[in-house]
Amino acid sequence: MSLDRDRAERLSLRRRPLVARLLEGADELAVIAGLGAPAWDCAAATGERALTFPLWGAMGGAAMMGLGLALAQPRRRVLTVTGDGELLMGLGALVTIGAAPAANLAIAVLDNERYGETGGQPTATAGVLDLAALARAAGFREALTVRDQAEVERARSLLLSAPGPVLVDFKVRAEDLPIVMPEKDGATLRDRFRRALGVA
Amino acid sequence: MDWPGAIFEQLKAADVRQLAHVPDAGHARLLRLAEAEPKVRVVTLTTEEEGIALLAGAWLGGQRGVLLMQSSGVGNCINMLGLAKTCRLPLLMLVTMRGEWAEFNPWQVPMGRATPGVLAAMDTAVLRIERAEDAAETVAGAVRLAFEGGPAAVAVLIAQRLIGAKTFGK
Repeated sequence: MSLDRDRAERLSLRRRPLVARLLEGADELAVIAGLGAPAWDCAAATGERALTFPLWGAMGGAAMMGLGLALAQPRRRVLTVTGDGELLMGLGALVTIGAAPAANLAIAVLDNERYGETGGQPTATAGVLDLAALARAAGFREALTVRDQAEVERARSLLLSAPGPVLVDFKVRAEDLPIVMPEKDGATLRDRFRRALGVA
Repeated sequence: MDWPGAIFEQLKAADVRQLAHVPDAGHARLLRLAEAEPKVRVVTLTTEEEGIALLAGAWLGGQRGVLLMQSSGVGNCINMLGLAKTCRLPLLMLVTMRGEWAEFNPWQVPMGRATPGVLAAMDTAVLRIERAEDAAETVAGAVRLAFEGGPAAVAVLIAQRLIGAKTFGK
């Protein structure tokens, strides 16, 4: 077995304060939050936020939703916040985004090396898989792995302002946290997001 | 008759700005027209369900899009069709049919035969173009249903007989 089930419990970065820092003061940022813990993290950080679209399903689609939004809104920064399992389900999206690059698109992966909602089964990132290397190979302008708090500010700056597409793979501790549920009615989320962008 | 050109005129008239696709020979002319149009962003996908998520994001950002695929790609889309349904997002799909009229490849037949049923199972409206002269009107109707009548997921199936049976002899 090449996966290390326990490694993620020793990682130092904590996802909740990390996401809170990424979104702090970024009022104009449009956010797509992948299903499960990344959506809970965003809700915990900001409460209900019109320009955050949390997904409750559509696993594998968060990065592509970010691309469609970024192409439609080229002057606005778009950040997809998602998990390693969610990204892995739609891994071809990295190829599609690399080939159809949007300078305003960034992806933050909260990589706890687990399928956290289903019992903590290890994902491929618990082994040799290097998501940042994949993104670089696909043509992302910036892609890096962040393990330490000391690297967070530079990573945040890249995510929020460097020419994209940018991907940061944040290696975060596997931990059980309280679930903070955002709005789940899809039409409500759609309408409030579009109104906040002024396109409704 | 230039039915792909007629379809493209309808897409332009509807202000479709993102065209996502997994290539199919039946869509080749439409793709060439789109790539020559600066107002339309063409995105080549690795698999069809990416396009549903892409166009969801496009709509959230205020743009209309269209997803082109061959019938085998419909099977790849099933779960992601739930995104459009749950969030009541418009979704316009143009599907070139394989596995029906004069198909020579048996591997295309199962998904071709299942395509209308799979779409219906996910509550997607299905329209069909059999004749070139109906292409513009059918696509115009699909555009209106997708973007104004729901919003709703709408698939236009383009008959294999219209496209012409594929051979490897060309």
